[in-house]
Amino acid sequence: MKELMQSLREASIKAINESDNPESIEALRVRYLGKKGELTAILRQMGKLSPEERPAMGQLANQLRSEIEQALELRKTMLSKIVLEKQLEAEAIDVTLPGAEQPVGHKHPMYNVLDQIKDIFVGMGFEIVDGPEVELADYNFTKLNIDEGHPSRDWTDTFYFTEDGKILLRTQTSPMQVHAMETKSLPIRMIAPGRVYRKDEVDATHSPMFHQIEGMVIDKGVTMADLKATLNLVVEKIYGAGTVTRFRPHHFPFTEPSCEMDIQCHKCGGKGCPTCKGEGWIEVLGAGMVHPKVLAGCGIDPDVYSGWAFGMGLERLAMGEYKITDLRLIFDNDVRFLEQF
Amino acid sequence: MNLSRKWLNEFVDLPLAEVDDRTFAEAMTISGSKVEVTEDLSKSIKNVKVGRIVKLEKHPNSDHMLVCQIDVGAAEPVQICTGAWNVHEGDLVPAALHNALLPGGVKITKGKLRGVESAGMLCSLKELNVTVHDFPYGEIKAAALLNDYHPIDPAKPSVPADIKAGDKLFGSVIAAEVKAVSPAGVNRWDVTLSAGAEDCKLVSDCQNLHAGDLAAYDTAKRTLCTLADLRAKQEEFPHCIADGILILHEDCKPGDDVGALLGLDDHVVEFEITPNRPDCLCMIGLAREAAVTFGKTLKLHEPQVRAAAGGDINALARVFIEDPLCVRYTARMVKNVKIAPSPAWMRERIRNAGMRPINNIVDITNYVMLEYGQPMHAFDFSCVKGGEIHVRCTREGESIQTLDGTDRKLTPAMLCICDTEKPVGVAGVMGGANSEIVGDTAMVLFESANFNGTSIRRTATALGMRTDASSRYEKGLDPQNTMKAVQRACELIEMLGAGEVVEGVIDVCPNKLKQTTVKLEPEKVNALLGTDIDEGTMRKILLDLGFTLEGDTIFVPSWRADVEHYSDIAEEVARFYGYNEIPTTFTGGITTVGGYTPAQQLERKLGEVCRSMGLDEIITYSFISPTYYDKIRMPENSPLRDSLRILNPLGEDTSIMRTTILPSMLEILTRNYNFRNKKAALYEIGRIYLKRPDGMADEPKIVSLGGYGEKTDFFTLKGWVEKILRELGTARARFVAEKNNPAYHPGRCAKVFVGETEIGVLGQIHPLVAANYGVDAELYCAELRFDALEAVKGALPVYKPLPRFPSVTRDIAVVCRAEIPVGELTDCILKNGGRYLKDCALFDVYTGSHVLPGMKSVAFSLIMRSDEQTLTVEHAEETVAGILKALERDFGAVIR
Repeated sequence: MKELMQSLREASIKAINESDNPESIEALRVRYLGKKGELTAILRQMGKLSPEERPAMGQLANQLRSEIEQALELRKTMLSKIVLEKQLEAEAIDVTLPGAEQPVGHKHPMYNVLDQIKDIFVGMGFEIVDGPEVELADYNFTKLNIDEGHPSRDWTDTFYFTEDGKILLRTQTSPMQVHAMETKSLPIRMIAPGRVYRKDEVDATHSPMFHQIEGMVIDKGVTMADLKATLNLVVEKIYGAGTVTRFRPHHFPFTEPSCEMDIQCHKCGGKGCPTCKGEGWIEVLGAGMVHPKVLAGCGIDPDVYSGWAFGMGLERLAMGEYKITDLRLIFDNDVRFLEQF
Repeated sequence: MNLSRKWLNEFVDLPLAEVDDRTFAEAMTISGSKVEVTEDLSKSIKNVKVGRIVKLEKHPNSDHMLVCQIDVGAAEPVQICTGAWNVHEGDLVPAALHNALLPGGVKITKGKLRGVESAGMLCSLKELNVTVHDFPYGEIKAAALLNDYHPIDPAKPSVPADIKAGDKLFGSVIAAEVKAVSPAGVNRWDVTLSAGAEDCKLVSDCQNLHAGDLAAYDTAKRTLCTLADLRAKQEEFPHCIADGILILHEDCKPGDDVGALLGLDDHVVEFEITPNRPDCLCMIGLAREAAVTFGKTLKLHEPQVRAAAGGDINALARVFIEDPLCVRYTARMVKNVKIAPSPAWMRERIRNAGMRPINNIVDITNYVMLEYGQPMHAFDFSCVKGGEIHVRCTREGESIQTLDGTDRKLTPAMLCICDTEKPVGVAGVMGGANSEIVGDTAMVLFESANFNGTSIRRTATALGMRTDASSRYEKGLDPQNTMKAVQRACELIEMLGAGEVVEGVIDVCPNKLKQTTVKLEPEKVNALLGTDIDEGTMRKILLDLGFTLEGDTIFVPSWRADVEHYSDIAEEVARFYGYNEIPTTFTGGITTVGGYTPAQQLERKLGEVCRSMGLDEIITYSFISPTYYDKIRMPENSPLRDSLRILNPLGEDTSIMRTTILPSMLEILTRNYNFRNKKAALYEIGRIYLKRPDGMADEPKIVSLGGYGEKTDFFTLKGWVEKILRELGTARARFVAEKNNPAYHPGRCAKVFVGETEIGVLGQIHPLVAANYGVDAELYCAELRFDALEAVKGALPVYKPLPRFPSVTRDIAVVCRAEIPVGELTDCILKNGGRYLKDCALFDVYTGSHVLPGMKSVAFSLIMRSDEQTLTVEHAEETVAGILKALERDFGAVIR
């Protein structure tokens, strides 16, 4: 019997190790370990043994069973691994084929820039305000210290809706300064982006409709030094850390002192090149301390409160940022243009 | 404003060698006078020298060229060929030598002309980029030389080929040989003629005469004939032209640089002067800024007038200001005016400042304007009727011919300079032809007046003639400047010997000129600037700028009408303290929160959703053409046609404010279609402008969607709208077929509602509308009201427990009339699904051979679930039965 078990051990291990698919493994399990299997057949002969021999033989048989089971398991694992490998090989694809198309929409490049600027100001505690484009001359001009007779009020420059010149399309976002001062509680920190209109024929740098961003701070003790610090920070966020700026005197009727802010030409580093028209500097915005007359006109006591304001053109900023050479592209809305951003 | 650096040195000691262009430009810009560009004039012309013609010979191989030996100050003369006939031995000429550069970038090199060496080129006015205004004596008059005669028709010559001296041409004109020519002053020659038997001598101003020429001599007039005298055509005398080499009559010698002679040894700085600083539109104003900027002394000159003519202007002329638009009228009289070219220095300065020299009188008025910023007008006083000047507004029907020769109708708002009868000039804009100085004049009035800026600007604009004078006046000039300017003009008259100044000045100034004062409040200035500038520094800056101080009172100089408040003083101080020296600090005070409002957040969200679906953002004009309403088939009586109309639009296409955003989207879709872009999917969140009774506008925002191209149909568009609503978390939307919107396809258009709120409209654009845009494709658009979206936006989501029990799905198919909208069936199912129905999804709509004609089969998946227990079969079947019953009851739909 011992011999029988030994030969079964040898034959079964050999057969198991030679099997080459999961089905034959299962067949071998039945053949050796099944109810009618060869090991069972051997065990049936246990009855013929003496009671003394039985425990030792039983132990041997159990050991053989577990050896065969182990061999089956081992072989099965190995075979399934091979099968998986074959399957994976068969499933290989050309990974260089294009991916399934997903919709990609694009923000208009100008609004990309605008949103960037909004985020910068919101992060500094500013709110964003919105106002009418069909505006009163009072707000667009008079309350901004722009007298009757100022050239910008001419019918050659401004679009009017009424013969008396009282209702017009705003030519700047600056009336939002007045609206904010008249309606908001102090202190005010706001920006007001929006559409503005001037009577300019369409060309590579002009459009009768364009966009500006107005900004204003009104509080006690606001100084020109604050204006400089805030705008320097904004410009660094837009143009990158270390951007060199300068402020130079300028004139706006509704700010005093007034200034324009330049950044040093990033292309030539201030030496002068075609990008900066040889000046070494590129103008980015106009600003100034809110004119005391404007404050007083909006019911704010200029002896208690002061403020600063700025205005910048969005188109020029976006054109500079994305190297767009013709303003008309902005309003053409050609998808081949829009999808570049 | 163009500033000559050379001229500037007269007022401020700032030589180029000490302050280069870049330093000058930077410093001036930083102190508030923005430099646009600086031009080194000397770079435009190089290696052009004054040369003296020492020998002149005929070119051996040409019938019209001359070979000149020229002394250019070197050891040996150079040889230059020229085709011009106005040169003579002894003339000083501009000679462009080998490797010379002429204005316009023209390079001159030596070479051979018809086999003869030419070491350069002699230059005409044009080649030097100047005109007879710069060099009045450069005007050339040519005699008709018979040796240059070329008949138009060789068979019928007007002058016989064998003509010789003494032969008669016609009338009193005979042929005469030039025996000798010798100079007799500028452009004058003593000429000896031989006309047959006798010789005769005369003085001629024709510049192309040389010994040996055969001229046409009018024996009666005793003059040489020009082409005009012979009524000849230029082509008959091709080389007898009124053009040639510029013969120099300046104080110069061979070898001198012609660039310097033309005043091009100068650098011209172009400034952008802001409108509040008209005082900087002149040399003195800019010199003052430069002096303070560089810490130099401003050297001003007090004009001195001898008034050698004596008399009294007040006995000759009277001035009446009849309209307050004239603030001040100052005048002086000059007798025996002799018109002549101005001296070179004056012409140079005028030219480098960007104006053209004309003659001494005109040049003096322009010079004073450039120097003092005060426009002046000189006119012939003998043309002034009644010896009276009335400054008044035009009367109805008056007109004037201005100096430019144009007849102009005047309107009653225009201020004019008049005599007792008529206007003789448009105040501050241009003088009248009726009082123009033509030739020497006995009496010239020099007007130096101050007018209301706005009035001048409006007049100039209305007449379409913005002049150097009007563009200065319109910014508002200093009324105190009129006297200094007229004195300076008279001083120059005397200096140039252009006339004799009459004693006395007329100066009418009806209202007392105001003196502005501002209190010096250093602490307020520092508080505004955020600086700590000491009072002494402030005082010095103000004094240097011409302000005066008495204690704390600042007296603002008359030329600084822009200064009236301590904030203006702060700017003056800051400009010279340096804007860039002001520290940077962050606003203190109360912290504000800032941030986006819910509406702004919604707008951002909408953009994000649109882009996530592949839509590109567009920006369109707010104004459109009224014809666009026709293009979108808007009914004639639609209230939306009542748009705000721009009274002065750029053109019809941008003349009204849009009341619907659809035309804007269609325009962009069309443009992309015309660009042959295969597909477009676009969105815009833009405003429309709805007229209010008060004449202003409500400006609601509209979410505009649009697309065309592959895989774009009604359901693509509907999918966009549905996704937007889903992302906003709205309640379930209803889409209701809309057949009556004329812009849209009547069978492919829907209105969308959430609850009772109408959100907007979507659909295929009506083929007729597409055709109006010239588009042969299906266009899809949606217009959604932003305020409606805001209203139906879902609240912040609240967590609902996840389902604990499995759901049961039952598919049903019902047959109903084909025209019943699936949306209504769905509504019915959802309404009658009871508490267990969780969702209902359409999965098939079928028409065809398996259902009766006019019917359709609609299949839904019903998803049912109980939140308390596993759904029983009974409950599921009850639910389905209830739904089927309702479908049959409401729509006659029966299970298939």
